[in-house]
Amino acid sequence: MEPVTLQTTVNNLVDNTLYESLPYFRPELALCGTIVLMLLVRVFKGGELIPPFFIALLGSITALIVAFPAEGFESWMDMQREEIFTGMLVYDSLTAFIRIFLLSFAVLFVILSQLTGIADARDGQDYYALVLGATLGMCIMASANHMMMLFMGVEMASVPSYVLAGIVKGRQRSSEAALKYVIYGAGTAGVMLYGISLLCGVLGAAHLPTMATNLAALDIPQLLTNAEGRLTVMVLVLGGLMLGVGLAFKLSAVPFHFWCPDVFEGASAEVDAFLSVASKAAALVLLLRVGAGFGLTTAEDSIAAVVDHSAVIAAASDESTTPLQHAVLTAQTSVSGDSTPVGGGPLSPVRRFFVVVVSIMAIVTCTFGNLAAYGQTNIKRMLAYSTIAHAGFMMMAIAAAIALAGRDVVEARTAVSALLLYIALYLFMNLSAFAIVAFLRNEMHSEEIADYGGLIRTSPLAAVMMTAVLVSLIGLPPLAGFWPKLRVLQSLYSAGGPLMTFVLVAAAFNTAIALVYYLRVAKVMCIDPEPDTRGAVSLGFLPAAFVFVVSVPVLIFGILPGSLANLTDLAVSQLFS
Amino acid sequence: MTLSDPKVYLSLLVFLPAVAALVLAILPRLADESYKWISLAVTIFVFVLTLGFFRSGGAVDFEAGVAQMQNLFNVDWIPSFGIQYFMALDGISFPLVVLTAFLSVLAMGASWPINKHVKGYCILFLLLETGMLGVFMALDFFLFYVFWEVMLLPMYFLIGVWGGPRREYAAIKFFLYTLVGSVLMLIAILMLYFNSDLTRLDAQQLAEAGIIKVAESANAENKFTDDAKAESALADWLKSDSPLAKRYAEITKEADPTQRKQLHTFNILALQQMGQHTDLFDGDALWGKSVQWWAFLLLFIGFVIKVPSVPLHTWLPDAHVEAPTPISMILAGILLKMGGYGIIRICYPICPDAGYDMAYFVCFIGVFSMVYGAFAALAQKDFKRLVAYSSVSHMGYVVLGMGVWSAVADTGFNPDYWKMGANGAMFQMIAHGISSAGMFFMVGVVYDRVHHRDLDKFGGLFAKMPVYSGLAVGIFFAGLGLPGLCGFIGEVFVVLSVWKYSYALAVISAAVVILTAGYILWAIQRVYLGAEYKGPHGEALTPITMRELSIGVPLLVLAIVFGVYPKALLDYMQPSVDMQIDRLAAWTEINHPGGSNKLGNENGQVADAWRQKINALQSSP
Repeated sequence: MEPVTLQTTVNNLVDNTLYESLPYFRPELALCGTIVLMLLVRVFKGGELIPPFFIALLGSITALIVAFPAEGFESWMDMQREEIFTGMLVYDSLTAFIRIFLLSFAVLFVILSQLTGIADARDGQDYYALVLGATLGMCIMASANHMMMLFMGVEMASVPSYVLAGIVKGRQRSSEAALKYVIYGAGTAGVMLYGISLLCGVLGAAHLPTMATNLAALDIPQLLTNAEGRLTVMVLVLGGLMLGVGLAFKLSAVPFHFWCPDVFEGASAEVDAFLSVASKAAALVLLLRVGAGFGLTTAEDSIAAVVDHSAVIAAASDESTTPLQHAVLTAQTSVSGDSTPVGGGPLSPVRRFFVVVVSIMAIVTCTFGNLAAYGQTNIKRMLAYSTIAHAGFMMMAIAAAIALAGRDVVEARTAVSALLLYIALYLFMNLSAFAIVAFLRNEMHSEEIADYGGLIRTSPLAAVMMTAVLVSLIGLPPLAGFWPKLRVLQSLYSAGGPLMTFVLVAAAFNTAIALVYYLRVAKVMCIDPEPDTRGAVSLGFLPAAFVFVVSVPVLIFGILPGSLANLTDLAVSQLFS
Repeated sequence: MTLSDPKVYLSLLVFLPAVAALVLAILPRLADESYKWISLAVTIFVFVLTLGFFRSGGAVDFEAGVAQMQNLFNVDWIPSFGIQYFMALDGISFPLVVLTAFLSVLAMGASWPINKHVKGYCILFLLLETGMLGVFMALDFFLFYVFWEVMLLPMYFLIGVWGGPRREYAAIKFFLYTLVGSVLMLIAILMLYFNSDLTRLDAQQLAEAGIIKVAESANAENKFTDDAKAESALADWLKSDSPLAKRYAEITKEADPTQRKQLHTFNILALQQMGQHTDLFDGDALWGKSVQWWAFLLLFIGFVIKVPSVPLHTWLPDAHVEAPTPISMILAGILLKMGGYGIIRICYPICPDAGYDMAYFVCFIGVFSMVYGAFAALAQKDFKRLVAYSSVSHMGYVVLGMGVWSAVADTGFNPDYWKMGANGAMFQMIAHGISSAGMFFMVGVVYDRVHHRDLDKFGGLFAKMPVYSGLAVGIFFAGLGLPGLCGFIGEVFVVLSVWKYSYALAVISAAVVILTAGYILWAIQRVYLGAEYKGPHGEALTPITMRELSIGVPLLVLAIVFGVYPKALLDYMQPSVDMQIDRLAAWTEINHPGGSNKLGNENGQVADAWRQKINALQSSP
């Protein structure tokens, strides 16, 4: 064996970074380049003549193009999980999918911002730089494989969002929203950081797969038999819950949702679209990564350079506790009478803990969001609660996926595929809902639901599309929102056990609960008379075209969801293996 | 791609209204009148298409006297979810499809007084028609569910925009009730789906499920009895490149049955075969009850909301009263039938064991609705509300007739009475579709003139509107179940069949006829008879117009035709109903050989009489 010198270490690091990691990182690099270019272009003479919109659009489209797999989506079928940047990030088909999703959203969002005129000539650079910076942070969140990257990703996504929430100058509500968001975000970030430090301290690593290996080596059932061991487990549980606080904040899961309605009401509708689609999607994938990271061991091939050697040797010396991947993943019939079957293996207590916490939180979040939306009179507040409810629904898919991951990998992948389908279709639904809200705000300077009265007569396209989107958000066929709900319910059913059955029933009934408040908006637009205070409302050609383009997929995928479902199936084809 | 292909013909039938709705939406603004004419033309065309099935010998026709599915076709819709575009017609669905197309024409004709947002009305009406036709034709559970939900939104707006004073409340109540029902249905669909397994069916059963196609043999008698032919068809199918066949082959390659995966399906016919021939749905689900017990219960609640049966009926009086006349006609004439259709097509054949266990419960719900609906109708002051409660009462016969599981050990598994009940229930669905649509229309005619429906302020309409009153009385008698009119046949079949199941229920259900006569005769007396009309807007009581006449007369004619010559309907319906009941009776004989109908038949009289007859038959040479 070659002696390890500083020189070889540095050389390895450089080689690894330049030739292995960076090629996978091209879309993010494109985003970085765009941000730098946008900020620097005004330094040069004549630079201010270039509209920031073009730079942002070009940059995000470039990033999107390089994010597409060169060999077509079929190549995801046998794409192996790769750890890049010495284990900091993970690159697999899920990363690839979510990155395409986030960048597509960024492209649409940049166009929307231009059309609504929120980013004017003076603010343009700042606005777009913040948007692209947050997108970059979300990409990192979705591919985090190391506690540090997890924290950095969350913060990189959050800090620009704080500013975006207050980007509209001179509006008190907007500043208040931003301040609330910052304080809440800073608080939860602190708690999360403390949780991470507890976990890292006990497990002796910050690299997620290594932590899982060490966690498995701890042998939790054994620890629970003695007092000292129970203390260790308690620290782990505390750390896990504190980490969960940070994630729940990003997801706006109950009870860490308080910021959401206020921020949504105060911030502009465009920023709301950004927070509700992109930010949620990244947070959900991160939650999945954390659940799968702690609940399953995939550490066999992890890069030796970053693995804590002593831990590996210790784990390897005890053959019986070494959690071989296939041993964990082989389908094991659950003990009958088990309330939440999660399969066997040394990490099954972790999975059970994760599944129980996430599914209970999901039920509460979903139900609370739907019930709280009833009383809202402001459309943005209502959509904020709707976002909370949908986040709860999507968390159910994650609970199902982790519950299944230890027993039936194929079904677990189906659950993740359901989540991705949900995320993807949610983009169209929420983006078009918020786009309509933004365009209408420009026209009639109001975001009160009551002011939407009789919109069908003055602006039929907006009213019809908004109705379609709202019905799709309820989840009624033949609109797109139905399919992801169906897939999530299917996953919950196949996860089995009383807890999951309860989640299934709660989820199904939430569909019925949600009906009333979504339909009320549709009713106001289509049935109620026009309010006296409002003049004629008509969208311009471009806004109408934009609304049409983002909401027509809701109709098309409602009838033919097959192509998108195939894509999400491809994106999960190597997951958990 | 010709009309002689069932795929094209049935799809055209179902989606033509939706396409027309889309065209109407895109068309530039026209006169209100033209929207109505276009919609009427579309509904008439769809009706003509359904009449095309009667043209025997054509490529796409519906043969009377055939029990099996006809014009069956099967295309992958969303292969990754295992959902197919799978439709066909049999004797159970075909009459309902024709009824739907027919009533749509009449309801569109009854829509002429609608003057508010006509374009939107026509679009929603046509979308509704697509949903209704689709529900009756779909044989993929998912397709069924999608069509079922497609109807909700148009119906919500049709009631909510064009309805009476409390329309918004009524519309959301309708929507919420139905949505809760369909959510339960969705859970049941998932339960059945995840417990289904196509590989457990043999070639014969796969052929029955329409998955493999057995070549038509010259002798129609043994078309499906030829096992070898079915086997060879299965082999052919496995060689074909359909994705389902590939999955099937892949799964059956695994020799070890414990390692074998399941091939789930949404195919309703396949699920029926599984329910009747395998133990796939017998596994424990929750609290010691089997999967099919829960599935049956959830589906039954979902369907019974639609029927509607007491105590889940409270949406109906509101929706009916607030809806505009044509929509009331559609609601009563067709939407309620979907509940009954779901029970006979899905609940019983897929979950026979649960149906057997809950037969008495189902019958009780039916009788209870009949009694409750009749008493509630007696108490109404609002003419339309009275008709609405009469629907609750009449649809009780449907639930009762379907639930009369009299083919038990005590009766020697004789399915005849159950067949009578099920045929009666199906007949009652069609008859009620005609009479209740007629009754709502009759109420609408007078409401359009005097703008009130207060029973106490009517009277003496016979003098002012003789033709209308004659027509109305005829239709109300049809609803009453007067012999010679359509309502009689279904009611008498059902009540007779119950006698062999439970004396108590039979006596009660027979007594309901008196209550029915009571509220209908009383209503006729208060509205049409009497010396003089003293209510408001007396001057507006003009004679019935040609348009109204052309809607009312066909309904009365049909009521008479089906009352005098029920064979016209039974010829198409009975073979399919009988086949299903025969299968369920055969299933009972295998699965409950010793079971008896404990609740309904404690004294054993029925059984003894039947045994004696059997013994007498057997002893005679």
